[in-house]
Amino acid sequence: MTMPAPQAASPDQKYEIAHLTLVPKRHIGRVVTAALVLAALAALIRAFSVGQIEWSYVRDFLFAPAILQGLQSTLLMTVAAMTLGIVLGVVIALMRVSGNPVLSSIAVGYVWIFRGAPALLQLMIWFNLALIFPTMGIPGLFEFRTVDIMTPFVAAMLGLGISQGAYTSEVVRSGLLSVDSGQYEAARSIGMTQMMMLRRIVLPQAMRVMVPPIGNEVIGMVKLTSLASVIQYSEILHNAQIIYFANTRVLELLLVASFWYLAVVSVLSVVQHYIEQYFGRGSKAVSASM
Amino acid sequence: MSKEIVVKAVDVTKLYGTFTALDKVSLEIAKGEVCCIIGPSGSGKSTFLRCINQLEKMNSGAIWVNDELIGYRREGNNLHEISDVEMSRQRRHIGMVFQRFNLFPHKTALENIMEGPIQVLREPVAEVRKRSEDLLVRVGLGDKAGHYPSQLSGGQQQRVAIARAMCMRPELILFDEPTSALDPELVSEVLDVMKDLAASGMTMIVVTHELGFARSVANTVAFMEAGKMVEVGPASEVLTSPKSPRTMEFIRAVHS
Repeated sequence: MTMPAPQAASPDQKYEIAHLTLVPKRHIGRVVTAALVLAALAALIRAFSVGQIEWSYVRDFLFAPAILQGLQSTLLMTVAAMTLGIVLGVVIALMRVSGNPVLSSIAVGYVWIFRGAPALLQLMIWFNLALIFPTMGIPGLFEFRTVDIMTPFVAAMLGLGISQGAYTSEVVRSGLLSVDSGQYEAARSIGMTQMMMLRRIVLPQAMRVMVPPIGNEVIGMVKLTSLASVIQYSEILHNAQIIYFANTRVLELLLVASFWYLAVVSVLSVVQHYIEQYFGRGSKAVSASM
Repeated sequence: MSKEIVVKAVDVTKLYGTFTALDKVSLEIAKGEVCCIIGPSGSGKSTFLRCINQLEKMNSGAIWVNDELIGYRREGNNLHEISDVEMSRQRRHIGMVFQRFNLFPHKTALENIMEGPIQVLREPVAEVRKRSEDLLVRVGLGDKAGHYPSQLSGGQQQRVAIARAMCMRPELILFDEPTSALDPELVSEVLDVMKDLAASGMTMIVVTHELGFARSVANTVAFMEAGKMVEVGPASEVLTSPKSPRTMEFIRAVHS
């Protein structure tokens, strides 16, 4: 690009450039970094393709019955543990913000204990509960042998759900705190009772704040269920392990499991987006909808 | 002259720790009366208003609305606080309009107005919808039914809030500085709706700094200062020739 040589400009000519084309700045740095990153990525892909991975095993086991059954168990555990976690989270959060000092202290203690111990450890405690309580029940009414009830499924659900409840209660509490006090007053002024106010006015608004972190936690839970493989719950990682113990294709089967985790998480991310949109209604000016 | 008394407050006292926010405040409002409460900020006007529907608990005193003791029940020589459900029932008859509108942001203008009659009064939806739409037209927002509060100006939001209070068919509406949070050019549209409401015979208690509104609409003006009811009287008297020198000073200061 050449600039026209400056003329012996008269003051008038100096301002006669308004019609010239404006050329945006070139981002040389961006092009260089992008090229470097792409090159590194290409090298990584090449490493995997020439590495000692038998891709045919990955393909063959992707839809193997044991893997699909494991996927189903993973999803079931995610739903079960997360449901328990959300129910406990709401209850604990309401206990925490209630005026009752006993309930509030218990809620604080719950969060302290179940957020303080690793989920894996909690799972193992539930699974081994029979060691200290051989039988469970209400004396005189009914009684079970603990080993009969505390199946891998139940132990994993309790371990994951109860520790999840501790985290979710903090999310719910922050959601409740995010609702303006004027909303409570307006709800009372039209004669709403506490329960109605919570259900109709406060929770729907708190949801807007709560959905993104809870979505995060659901996604976290999908992967956390893999801990249940340790106590013999036959979720996807556990089943992949059983297969590679037999055929020794360790990495191939781990890639199969990764694929399914990634697939489930991708679907959930899309679902989360739509839930967020629903609870965000009224929060931005979308005058186009009128 | 036998007037039907809607609000009767006797010796209402409110303490915040050692600070006396309300010091034996008494007031009587007759049916159809518009009472403006004026006074410097921090004088307890809003606190008193909020005691009338018990958004604020009082430390002593008693308030009746339509001859019903508010928030308490007499048992022997004690007044016992009533249950949440009972209190909600009493609040149905007392509308309130807030300084910061407090519309429900997740509901449209129409849904805001319909919420109380449908959820609280359990009235049939079709009937409530008709009444709510009529009210929106009456406050000049017939075309905004589907708008969310965030899509409305402050003045429009406050008019929706007034319609929301009206739709409950209350016997009394409390206004807590309804125009203080508005841009100056939006004040008159809200005051016009309030004038219309006053003309229709609604009993209103209005905490306000708008002395012009008080002069043109109020029957009674009450002047409060430092938690005390300094002077109550007919609007014309209190605003032009007040008995108390403090009232005189305040009105002069506002006008200057």
